Amino acid sequence: MKREPVQPLFSTLPKTATGIQGLDEITGGGLPKGRPTLVCGNAGCGKTLLAMEFLVRGATQFNEPGVFMAFEETEKELTTNVASLGFDLDELSASKMILLEHIHIERSEIEETGEYDLEGLLIRLNLAIDSIGAKRLVLDTIESLFAGLPNILILRAELRRLFRFLKDKGVTVIITGERGDEMLTRQGLEEYVSDCVIVLDHRVNEQSSTRRLRIVKYRGSSHGTNEYPFLIDETGFSVLPITSVGLTHAVSSERVSSGIPRLDAMLSGKGFFRGSSILVSGTAGTGKSSLAAHFASAACLREERVLYFALEESPSQILRNMRSIGIDQEPWVNKGLIKFHSNRPTFYGLESYLTLMHKAINDYKPEVVIVDPISSFIVGTNEFDAKSMIMRMVDFLKIKGITGFFTSLTGAGSDLEHTSINISSLIDTWLLLRDIELGGERNRGLYILKSRGMSHSNQIREFTLTDHGVELLDVYVGPDGVLTGSARIAKEAKEKEEKLLRQQEIERKQLDLERRRRSMLAKVAELQDEFEAEKKETLQAITIEEERIKSFQQQQVNLARSRKADTL
Amino acid sequence: MKNHLKEIEFSTEKFESALTDSDLEKYTLRLYIAGMTPKSVRAISNIKNICEVHLTGRYNLEVIDLYQTPQLAKGDQIIAAPTLIKKLPLPLRRIIGDMSNTEKLVVGLDLRKL
Repeated sequence: MKREPVQPLFSTLPKTATGIQGLDEITGGGLPKGRPTLVCGNAGCGKTLLAMEFLVRGATQFNEPGVFMAFEETEKELTTNVASLGFDLDELSASKMILLEHIHIERSEIEETGEYDLEGLLIRLNLAIDSIGAKRLVLDTIESLFAGLPNILILRAELRRLFRFLKDKGVTVIITGERGDEMLTRQGLEEYVSDCVIVLDHRVNEQSSTRRLRIVKYRGSSHGTNEYPFLIDETGFSVLPITSVGLTHAVSSERVSSGIPRLDAMLSGKGFFRGSSILVSGTAGTGKSSLAAHFASAACLREERVLYFALEESPSQILRNMRSIGIDQEPWVNKGLIKFHSNRPTFYGLESYLTLMHKAINDYKPEVVIVDPISSFIVGTNEFDAKSMIMRMVDFLKIKGITGFFTSLTGAGSDLEHTSINISSLIDTWLLLRDIELGGERNRGLYILKSRGMSHSNQIREFTLTDHGVELLDVYVGPDGVLTGSARIAKEAKEKEEKLLRQQEIERKQLDLERRRRSMLAKVAELQDEFEAEKKETLQAITIEEERIKSFQQQQVNLARSRKADTL
Repeated sequence: MKNHLKEIEFSTEKFESALTDSDLEKYTLRLYIAGMTPKSVRAISNIKNICEVHLTGRYNLEVIDLYQTPQLAKGDQIIAAPTLIKKLPLPLRRIIGDMSNTEKLVVGLDLRKL
């Protein structure tokens, strides 16, 4: 795993890359080549480790042999101590890339009688450096000399000579020193080592510790001047350069689905922007994690990698809970598409946690990062720190083009549109989940508070968790206001009933009409019958009358005939 | 464990014999110098004088030039020059400097008669 040395922006001084993650960035390429660098700090802040990693990385990545002069630990102790970081010193020693030498100084054995010098030490250094052709050297910690040798005057003069000698030798040296009360080091080593001074610090704030690194001085070179958090973990040292907030990141106009079709529809039909930051805030139990799970599953379906920082739940708990709403993430986990990081940030301290996140993101290279919930970064009164930390996290994700999905718990009683961390200005899409209390029950409502760069729905949707995931429903908007849950269902039922009644009424009226039509028709028929009957009768009568008239006329004729009447 | 016991016995024996005939103890001394500097020359002559006065006939002094055999510096944990190492009798002592302070040298070598 050879690494190219980081090229400094403007070359001023030849530098030796340390190979330590982040340190080369803030020093602009590494430590001053062929010169001593002082690393100082309190006990347990990682001085020896920094120095050792400098040697190991030099040997493994830059093919530069190194010598470690230990004044406090023996070769064996050192080997064991750094084995836990994956550095195999035995192997490196065998291949002559690293030489460990313990310098034993025991005050009780030493008696001073007259003048002396440290030529013995110089000869040993010279021999050690020459024997493996070392380019790097660590003196850890040279202050032990002050404890062993009482004559400060000789010692100081000899130290000056020692550093002169090392400069002439052209090796890049790290000297470690214990932090003093008023000076950087107890014995004022900084007056001998004037080229580069790095201070390590280990601070405990609100019961959580944070390690920080600062470059106090770097002669002849520009350098980052801030305090940078760093982390020591199973792979060694990593420093987090955090000043790169240039707001110059490229943006994507590609859209990614939220995993919920209705929600995508609300976001102009296509979902979130890739690489944007999404915040879901809401009170407890409003389904923030469920939304996150949907989003994660949608990303996995697209064959993207998801890094899930669970700050309050264990992975198995998340998996179980999400299974209950019909989202099974286990196959994705097995496939390596979802990776969980379950840690309490308070355990590490904010800065260390951020460093840890950086490292995890750099290692895993996800397309989607979920942090659930960011509100747990706040412990006590560290709001300001938390905000700056989250800001850096969001920036980091944006620079990397990773879609960030954060949930935030809004405390009961506080303003809903106020995240406890005040990061709304950093967020591109903000979904708000809220409880709607009505008719003796709580229901969930979802709306989009903002979504930069897209037209989005202004509607409140009712948000339900079913056994096949999250569902968004229209809320009932009627003359009685917004109704959700069973009130909505009741209202809907009532409306349905009313509708049914009206329909029945119409049917009834139609039937009535029909009946009346039929009765009318019947009446017409009856009248017609009557008429027919009358007509028949009348015609009969007429016939009879006509018969009568005819017979009368016949009788008249007959009568006239009998009377012999005159023929007219 | 057995070795350990042996050691204890051994040192007890030595302690008792030291009590009885401390005058007759043999001294093994090693002087490390870094080249023939004036300091080295002074150191050599000073230690020789002391030995001749206090340890006539029962000392073994070895002078080593670190420039000739630098690898020896590591084994004997030398940091300063000149350094005189009193290997025997125990305890081990390192006396650094040009031995110009005879008083301290005598104390350092446990030569002071009680």
